Amino acid sequence: MARTLFDKIWERHVVAQAAGRPALLYIDLHLIHEVTSPQAFEGLRANGRRVRRPDRTFATMDHDVPTDPRGNGPLRVLDTLARQQLEALAANCREFGIELFDVERPEQGIVHVIGPELGLTQPGRTIVCGDSHTSTHGALGALAFGIGTSEVEHVLATQCLWQARPKSLELRVEGRLPAGVSAKDIILHIIGRIGTGGATGHVIEYTGEAVRALSMEQRMTVCNMSIEAGARAGMISPNARTVEYLRGRRYAPAGTAFDRAAADWLALASEPGAAHDASRVFDAAEIQPQVTWGTNPGMVAPVTGRVPDPAALPDAAARKAAELALTYMGLEPGTRIESIALDRVFIGSCTNARLEDLQAAARIVRGRRASPRVRAMVVPGSKQVKAAAEHLGLDRIFRDAGFEWREPGCSMCLGMNPDTLRPGERCASTSNRNFEGRQGAGGRTHLVSPEMAAAAAIAGHFVDIREWPEAARPAQEKR
Amino acid sequence: MEPFTQLRGVVAPLDRANVDTDQIIPKQFLKVVRRTGLGEGLFYDWRRLADGRPDPAFPLNQPAYAHAKILLARENFGCGSSREHAPWALLDFGIRAIIAPSFADIFANNCGQNGMLSLPLPAAQVEQLFQNVAARPGMELLIDLPARRVSDDAGWSAEFAMDPYRQQRLIEGLDDIALTLRQAADISAYEKQHEGA
Ligand code: SF4
Repeated sequence: MARTLFDKIWERHVVAQAAGRPALLYIDLHLIHEVTSPQAFEGLRANGRRVRRPDRTFATMDHDVPTDPRGNGPLRVLDTLARQQLEALAANCREFGIELFDVERPEQGIVHVIGPELGLTQPGRTIVCGDSHTSTHGALGALAFGIGTSEVEHVLATQCLWQARPKSLELRVEGRLPAGVSAKDIILHIIGRIGTGGATGHVIEYTGEAVRALSMEQRMTVCNMSIEAGARAGMISPNARTVEYLRGRRYAPAGTAFDRAAADWLALASEPGAAHDASRVFDAAEIQPQVTWGTNPGMVAPVTGRVPDPAALPDAAARKAAELALTYMGLEPGTRIESIALDRVFIGSCTNARLEDLQAAARIVRGRRASPRVRAMVVPGSKQVKAAAEHLGLDRIFRDAGFEWREPGCSMCLGMNPDTLRPGERCASTSNRNFEGRQGAGGRTHLVSPEMAAAAAIAGHFVDIREWPEAARPAQEKR
Repeated sequence: MEPFTQLRGVVAPLDRANVDTDQIIPKQFLKVVRRTGLGEGLFYDWRRLADGRPDPAFPLNQPAYAHAKILLARENFGCGSSREHAPWALLDFGIRAIIAPSFADIFANNCGQNGMLSLPLPAAQVEQLFQNVAARPGMELLIDLPARRVSDDAGWSAEFAMDPYRQQRLIEGLDDIALTLRQAADISAYEKQHEGA
């Protein structure tokens, strides 16, 4: 019987399974960071347990680290609690023999940026991390999902997890993406249609011509936000582009081992006719640049649209949710999206802080100036992204336009470091969550693509990027 | 882990859908290295007025719900971040069960890891419960996990479905890691087979 990518990875990783019980699933790669791991290590110590496979465990510092352009070395972490958490991670990694990419290392960065970048993320692997956006790694054809701290402890101790087999959901995007429409718009459009709980209990596989045509980094943007639709994971079948992406990466196989691995990776792709438990089809040609107007990623509209009128919504629960959201966001029903003025712009996060994202934003910014009423910051996703961007001179383009060019980290995606919105401030953000207070208590977040964020910084309000054709990413070519 | 068998307690209403874990426990409370003491940060921004004083309109600030053990909410409860600090904060406040029409996967998992019950009931029954609580603030519910039944003292009750394995784990309060380590031989065999070691 034809099998899906998910079927193949799942079946390869079942260590044990009793009837009516979840499967004991082997975990190939465990990524950890400072915020969700201290209690797990504490649990190991309290029970005298060791880390079963330190060689399959990698740690980075990302959530708490300052991104001050003067450098993010340890002395810059002035917040005592954050410093304690970073020191705890360093001490735990030393004690248990785990490789740590700390702020002094050239590999440091957001956990979901460095996994693929270092070649740790590979097709067919099971990957977990105490972070919901672990779904990002599915872009390479891995089964990757977020777990809580108790499960982090469980994986550290056993290299396995008990998992009930999720259902599979195919989201097929047919046709070609129009010019100026990005991967971020695909995923926001999808979440707008299926809702924030639309994929709960499912692993999504993104398929279709528009998905196959995405670059690897764009695939990561799509898979990253799978969790915002409630999915357990999101994945894309590996193809030649996946193989080329991994060639020569630090932790990828080399030489003849690479060729063997590549053949194995390509054989993982979902077979024609393989059955998913559910399927939805979208037309790429219909997708427009998206802007969220509310307090979850499903509350989204095309840039040419308007803030909805809650009174016009059919169901009472949606009406109430929209009313609460508009009150929080300080928006009137019927407001044109393009007329919404901004105070801040944040280009960063594990969704949109890779080199291509920064290049896309820089194409818009080049030769222009940020609006004087907007404070705009660019936070590369990793040290490697930052170095590559500087090599291309992107830092100068941003700085010349009045944008701040900062050190890598999660930064204002969740504001655990000093990068936060003040109450009432309105921000165009390339991150993934517009929840109340996510970027700072009382802060108002609108999720957009990097090019839309860059254009908003210059205009001072949202603009339809398709009207700046010299700067927009070209339409997808037929492949 | 404390076994979960019967739970009797006051049910507090939180009439919101898509309650995300950023609301349950905002980021400033994540900079901890322990699991305890997070109740102070529970729903921090919703519990306070702009000037920092407690908002008397927020249910958990009202005397009737100060000792609530059960929380009632709308669909997709616990969406967003995987932070286990969310169930830790609820537990620290005294909440051991949440009733809602649906839950986000990672949140529900995290509840199970802490001996807490995320109990999905059909939306119509949840609506009925909201009405009952509105009529009788401070009312108690009895959740009987072995019998898979939830009831109040006024004759309302509902049966619920649950995966038998999940139910058994909660009732026995088993430590997952100890159980898994008993299968160390299986894990080693798997590693040997797949790594050629
Ligand atoms: S960038 Fe944001 S979403 Fe991504 S891992 Fe960091 S905090 Fe989480």
